[in-house]
Amino acid sequence: MVQKHTVKAFDDELKQLADIIARMGGLTESQLGEAIEALAQRDNARAEAVVLADARIDVLEHEVDEMGVRLIALRQPMAADLRVIIAALKIAPILERIGDYAKNIAKRSLAISRVAPVRPLFTVPRMGRMAREMIKDVLDAYAAVDVAASRAVWERDHELDEMYDSLFRELLTYMIEDPRNISPCTHLLFVAKNIERIGDLATNIAEIIHFQVEGRTIGENRPKVDEASTTVVSAPAELGG
Amino acid sequence: MSENAILRAGPSRVVAPVPIVSAAAQTQPHRVNIAASHVDVFYAAKQAIVDVSIDIGEHQVTAFIGPSGCGKSTFLRCLNRMNDTIPICRVTGRIAIDGEDIYDPGMDPVQLRARVGMVFQKPNPFPKAIYENVAYGPRIHGMIGNRAEADEIVERSLRAAALWDEVKDRLDEPGTSLSGGQQQRLCIARAIAVSPEVILMDEPCSALDPIATARIEELIDELRQNYTIIIVTHSMQQAARVSQRTAFFHLGVLVEAGDTETIFTNPRDGRTQDYITGRFG
Repeated sequence: MVQKHTVKAFDDELKQLADIIARMGGLTESQLGEAIEALAQRDNARAEAVVLADARIDVLEHEVDEMGVRLIALRQPMAADLRVIIAALKIAPILERIGDYAKNIAKRSLAISRVAPVRPLFTVPRMGRMAREMIKDVLDAYAAVDVAASRAVWERDHELDEMYDSLFRELLTYMIEDPRNISPCTHLLFVAKNIERIGDLATNIAEIIHFQVEGRTIGENRPKVDEASTTVVSAPAELGG
Repeated sequence: MSENAILRAGPSRVVAPVPIVSAAAQTQPHRVNIAASHVDVFYAAKQAIVDVSIDIGEHQVTAFIGPSGCGKSTFLRCLNRMNDTIPICRVTGRIAIDGEDIYDPGMDPVQLRARVGMVFQKPNPFPKAIYENVAYGPRIHGMIGNRAEADEIVERSLRAAALWDEVKDRLDEPGTSLSGGQQQRLCIARAIAVSPEVILMDEPCSALDPIATARIEELIDELRQNYTIIIVTHSMQQAARVSQRTAFFHLGVLVEAGDTETIFTNPRDGRTQDYITGRFG
């Protein structure tokens, strides 16, 4: 455990900063969970609640900004302290972005619930729950200042990427089968893409935790599985005419 | 073009009749490199410096940091044998400047101190005119033949210390009539006047206000083009601002020395980390 600062107020302030990130993280995680469940259960009230609650994350991001700038100006932090503050300033906008994706998923679930359910509606929530687990684990790693745990999340993202790739093919197939599926499937495709991005953002947070603790970047590239961005599924000959 | 840039442009712009600083020395980097190895310092039976080894690169600013009593000033004073003046002080190990052992019996400490100038915490101009403060050193070192040469050295040194414009019309007034920041720059001009290779600064800004401090820091940055500078400071921000290399001392031991950027962003040693982040109990 690191020693305490001679100026105790500085310790308190750094703890406050980490607390705001923890609150932001908790809120973001629950927003994502709620958005996914709203989608799975076709629960419009739940989706609307998610849309409304997003502003609370933005408020917390502001608090992190102000506190971080104040600490840099007033405490002139060095080394590990400086990295703690820089890390918080970098993580906050990522959480805010994840909050935006959750809100976007909730909005799309409102649209999707207006039409008859398509089968991928069951795969997407599974993907969403996986992303939520990643967010939870990376936030736990942040709270525990645990590089190994954050790295485990970093290495896990490919599972989400693979799921996204197969879902992408599946959705294209549905759309080709029946044009009436195009509207819900397109929305689902965006939802899946948002979830896939959330996984990427979780790995970004893992990288920031690594920097905060080790003072350098992870320094290797994460294995990328991204077939969806180059995949083409052809329509059957009779439709393609 | 800054005053220093004019100086560096060579003797055609600033006439140097005697080889105070040779033309070659002005245009080429000084080959100064201080190598200290296994230095111990004792005050009677008490050991103040324990087995310190460090290389100090030329034309760089190296900052010594550490809590009071850590030995940083003691070690600094070894580099121009200022500790010789303390009878109970004993220095062992080897300190070489340009490969030359400065504790060699053949080394003249007075000549050494002309090569390795020093600026102290409290500005300490001689109780003489501003002009004399600067001309005195070169004169006793036999570097001045006539009045014109003295004028030349005084002007050049005061320009290099960024003080000329403020004092050129009052060179006969006492050095002590200047403000604290001006006095400190006068002391720097006095150190420069004897053409040192190295300038040691022992907390040169601790008695100055932030504006005077900023001027000294700016001056240090200019001076490093021509001199190797070692500064002892209690201000970590100052060390971070002015130096390229930083050495952290604790309890007489050199804990860590490295690039200033690394020391202040990601030090290797836990003691350095604790000190610079304000965690020392």
